[in-house]
Amino acid sequence: MAKADNRPFALRTYAPEKLREALRRMYLIRRFEEGAEDCYMRGLIHGTMHLSIGQEASAMASCMELTDADKITSTHRGHGHCIAKGANVGRMFAEFFGKETGYCHGRGGSMHIADVKTGNLGANGIVGGGLPIAVGAALSAKRLGKPDVTVCFFGDGANNEGAFHEALNMAAIWKLPVVFVCENNRYGMSTPASYATAVPNISDRAAAYAMPGITVDGNDFSAVAEAVHHAIRRARNGEGPSLVENLTYRWRGHSKSDRNRYRTKEEIEEWMARDPIARFQADLIAHGILDQAGADAIAAEAVAAVAAGVEFAKASPAPDISEVTRYVHAE
Amino acid sequence: MNAINPETALRTMSYAEAIREAMALAMEADPAVVLMGEDIGVYGGAFQVTLDLIERFGPDRVMDTPISELGGAGVAVGAALTGLKPIYEFQFSDFAMLAMEQIVNQAAKLRYMLGGEAAVPVVFRLPSGSGTGAAAQHSQSIEAWFGHVPGLKVLQPSTPEDAKGMLLAALADPDPVMIFEHKLLYKTRGHVPAGRYLTPIGKALVRRTGTDLTIVAGSIMVHRALEAAETLVAEGISAEVIDLRSIRPIDHATILASVRKTGRLMVVYEGVKAFGVGAEISALVAESDAFDYLDAPILRLGAADAPVPYNPDLERAAVPQVDTIAAGARRLFRREV
Ligand SMILES: Cc1ncc(C[n+]2csc(CCOP(=O)(O)OP(=O)(O)O)c2C)c(N)n1
Ligand SMILES: [Mg+2]
Repeated sequence: MAKADNRPFALRTYAPEKLREALRRMYLIRRFEEGAEDCYMRGLIHGTMHLSIGQEASAMASCMELTDADKITSTHRGHGHCIAKGANVGRMFAEFFGKETGYCHGRGGSMHIADVKTGNLGANGIVGGGLPIAVGAALSAKRLGKPDVTVCFFGDGANNEGAFHEALNMAAIWKLPVVFVCENNRYGMSTPASYATAVPNISDRAAAYAMPGITVDGNDFSAVAEAVHHAIRRARNGEGPSLVENLTYRWRGHSKSDRNRYRTKEEIEEWMARDPIARFQADLIAHGILDQAGADAIAAEAVAAVAAGVEFAKASPAPDISEVTRYVHAE
Repeated sequence: MNAINPETALRTMSYAEAIREAMALAMEADPAVVLMGEDIGVYGGAFQVTLDLIERFGPDRVMDTPISELGGAGVAVGAALTGLKPIYEFQFSDFAMLAMEQIVNQAAKLRYMLGGEAAVPVVFRLPSGSGTGAAAQHSQSIEAWFGHVPGLKVLQPSTPEDAKGMLLAALADPDPVMIFEHKLLYKTRGHVPAGRYLTPIGKALVRRTGTDLTIVAGSIMVHRALEAAETLVAEGISAEVIDLRSIRPIDHATILASVRKTGRLMVVYEGVKAFGVGAEISALVAESDAFDYLDAPILRLGAADAPVPYNPDLERAAVPQVDTIAAGARRLFRREV
């Protein structure tokens, strides 16, 4: 008699190679953001940035079944989404350094990081700005007869923008292939979701738009992967949109100017103990998909990729000042 | 300049502190004044302008709104219509675009549409401008857009003193007022009189007198124009610098009088050059008798015809700077260098 498979969903569902690649990208996100933060501190990067350290499982597990033809819309906290979707960290660093070799040729920076070729339609400086755009991308797929889905990332804060409600409604009435992934990290800047949102769970909003809504532990890779898997299957089958809420936490401040006046050190530490990367890695090791040496090699690879990325960015040329109006219109 | 009494002359504070002082004074004096906006409570606002006000006045009067600009601005409009005096802070002026409906279709028009039977004494505060590396959606200068809307008043303080006086004047005004504050000015310091005083709405101020050229500028461009004017002294060019202060209503008299005197006009502003403040002021002069006094074509210096870029060198190149203002002045005297 076949024994019941009690491994977590992701480990039952994806090939070992794919799981190891997911871990690699999660390490890459973490080390990339630490590297970016370090460059910022040293004055190599200007402006501001929003780090997603602590939220890597949400980004990666939501992208497991996406091809380059599938689309994502991202947020101001978008480095993780970009890497999870397959971007090159050298070109990302180049963008942060304002270089012509960056993904946005130095015009966009961290808050507009995008990689249109791998289906990342872009981070967004406007909270909620990506939601209707994701619905538009899903409309294209449907009208053009393509199997592509769109995963729309947004934060708990964004669910109070009108754009959220308008977008979900249209996605539902037209049964569009879009998955709304809310990364509920408990705060929109300093404002607790529990204060700003009338319902206890963001996924409760789904009922108002007649779509399935589910809340999962966003630091549990497999839980996110499972919820998004079902939502994507629904979308690809023409059954319409879903809303998945990943409960997670950002370890760093909102941006580079956050003094953390609205939360306690204890709360931050409590969440740091639920490190999504460590948890996923432990699962992979426990189920024999990886040994410690393999995990160490993956982690080391991420460090090397980040170092190489920074070097690439430093060596890259800056845009020519005479080209300040380039890319405003088609050439 | 005005005579300053020795006691108040010592009183300096930052532009952000001056705005905060104005809000605190108004809140102490009038329980109808409430603050609304995103992260204005314990966080103190994205630029720390409302810092500690929640401790002083409590969360019922310093209200953190959800991230809902259209709704938040609209609630402020409705409250203003019915007895409260809300000061609504947009976290960045760029996000006013999400609230365009309530600002332009409602706040600006209600008094008129209702035949003068209603008033909307709301104040919108809007941190504005480039120079922070925050790229295209967090760096815009859109004040001129609102100059096109009858029913609104649009202010642009360049100094801490005006920042305080304009906010108090805006609160005293019975109609909606938008105050575009410049992010790079928040930490700049200057003399600020104690107590309550009102900076008159619609009055420009000659910040520097000169005889050869009139430079009209607003907000941070006033400072850049003043600096440029100093460098021009050595070249024998005496520039008069007018701080526009108010985009709507605009102070025709001060501008026209200066142009009649100097015979040359340059308008410097941070918004995109096309269809901007410069067009309005140029037309104002062209349509008036001051036109006959012009010895050179009018020159507009505004932002490049592009969104604000991220790269710092591009960003700098995209808007007028001290050197480009000085170069512009030389052009008006055909002293190209
Ligand atoms: C329309 C708009 N309003 C306000 C902001 C300023 N802002 C940027 S991020 C942010 C908080 C967003 O919270 P959430 O959606 O939960 O995302 P998180 O930052 O937690 O990832 C705010 C208020 C903005 N960028 N756009
Ligand atoms: Mg959040």
